[in-house]
Amino acid sequence: MKNNFIIMNSEDNCATSLVEIPKDDEVKLNGGKIIKINQNIPFGHKFALIKISKDDLVKKYGEIIGVATDNIEVGDWIHTHNIKSYYLEMKRDD
Amino acid sequence: MIEEFMGYQRPKGQVGIRNKIAILPSVSCVNNVIQQIANKVENSVALKHPLGCGQFGTDFSYTLRTLVGLATNPNVYGTLIVGLGCEQMSSKTLRGQIKKSKKPVEFFNLQDVEGGSASAIEKGIKYAKKMADEASELKREPFDFSNLVLGLECGGSDSISGITANPAVGVISDKIVELGGTSILPEFTEWVGTEHLLVKRAINEEIAEKIYTPLRYFIEYTKNQGIDFLGIQPTPGNIEGGLSTIEEKSLGTISKSGKAPIQGVLKYSEKPKGKGLWLMIEPGYDIESMTGLAAAGAQIICMTTGRGSPCGNPIAPVIKLCGNPKTCDWMAMNIDIDASKIITEGKSIEDLAEQIWQRLKAVCNGELTMAENLGFEDLAIWRAMGGFASMLK
Repeated sequence: MKNNFIIMNSEDNCATSLVEIPKDDEVKLNGGKIIKINQNIPFGHKFALIKISKDDLVKKYGEIIGVATDNIEVGDWIHTHNIKSYYLEMKRDD
Repeated sequence: MIEEFMGYQRPKGQVGIRNKIAILPSVSCVNNVIQQIANKVENSVALKHPLGCGQFGTDFSYTLRTLVGLATNPNVYGTLIVGLGCEQMSSKTLRGQIKKSKKPVEFFNLQDVEGGSASAIEKGIKYAKKMADEASELKREPFDFSNLVLGLECGGSDSISGITANPAVGVISDKIVELGGTSILPEFTEWVGTEHLLVKRAINEEIAEKIYTPLRYFIEYTKNQGIDFLGIQPTPGNIEGGLSTIEEKSLGTISKSGKAPIQGVLKYSEKPKGKGLWLMIEPGYDIESMTGLAAAGAQIICMTTGRGSPCGNPIAPVIKLCGNPKTCDWMAMNIDIDASKIITEGKSIEDLAEQIWQRLKAVCNGELTMAENLGFEDLAIWRAMGGFASMLK
């Protein structure tokens, strides 16, 4: 069976697609929760597992990969249009 | 169950997974001579390299440490050094340092042999054959994994590497560390964006500083050269592939190192001073990197690749893992483990890690990797010229 997406860590708020997922498709999480995909998600790109508000941190690998520059809804495509790098803002001891 | 592999006992408590005779040129001038010696001797390997003369300071010491490190890697039974006779990197200096390993070492200079290259080749074959005969009497014995040093490499990466092969290799790195062994993560330019996370994994503040300072120095150094490193990362190709930020990209890279605490930061080709996970300062060119890992004592290397690579190493077997289904298909003869099954068959990272573990044990026990089968033995030495390296001496 093909995996449509992968969640790298249980703390993550995004998943990475392993196929091209078309807009309006539904994906099912392990716990049974169903997410409706809001835009086409290209292979290797990310979508939101929960609602992420502007200025919230985005996590993959259980670590921060950026900060939201806009409100991100469940099932939204996550990329450079709605998140940006955050690590330079992190303090040395964060 | 005790996890073990079948290796070769070396002097000073070292354990090899191969039993090679290293034919080492002190300088590139004798590369063809040593190749022809190696061609005639079973289990020998020609350590051809382009350096050995016209080098100074840190640059010279990097080459010396690398050549000595390769010869003293546990996979080597003994070394024949062939010098030219007038070079800076004298065969006598090399012999003196390699001898400390208590392993067999012979040396001579071509200029001291009457009859030119033909006589030198003949003399070399005689020395090397004698050593190969002695080596062939050695039998494999069981050892635990505290004796193993694993090198963590990636090359020709794509956006899939970081979500398939890399985290699975991270599981293996953690397993080796748990079993009391050692693991080394090189390629420091690919840690940029994760230094705040790496420092948290350092065993103490001193080590944290050793991680942080060179990375910050690197950003400054490249800026002074007119290069905006952070401005060009991730690259347009990375972004197209789905990587949104530099930290996302680097997290994929460093996931090869698992979650283990970081014991220290090594200079290029420097041997770890203890067990556990170590970082190595090295700028991320696969061949230089794997040469540095083998010189640091890694008996085996896991190399993840997305776009594919045929490369191997003359001393340490290289297990290549690929997460890209197309590359696995097109370059099947060069890929040891098809990590794309995470995508195509719904395998988990844990499933893949188990498969890597079985393969790693088999390779430790003597099974040849794809690159070994093809006879691919790539060697390059990082030339530590310029301002950046001078601070690392």
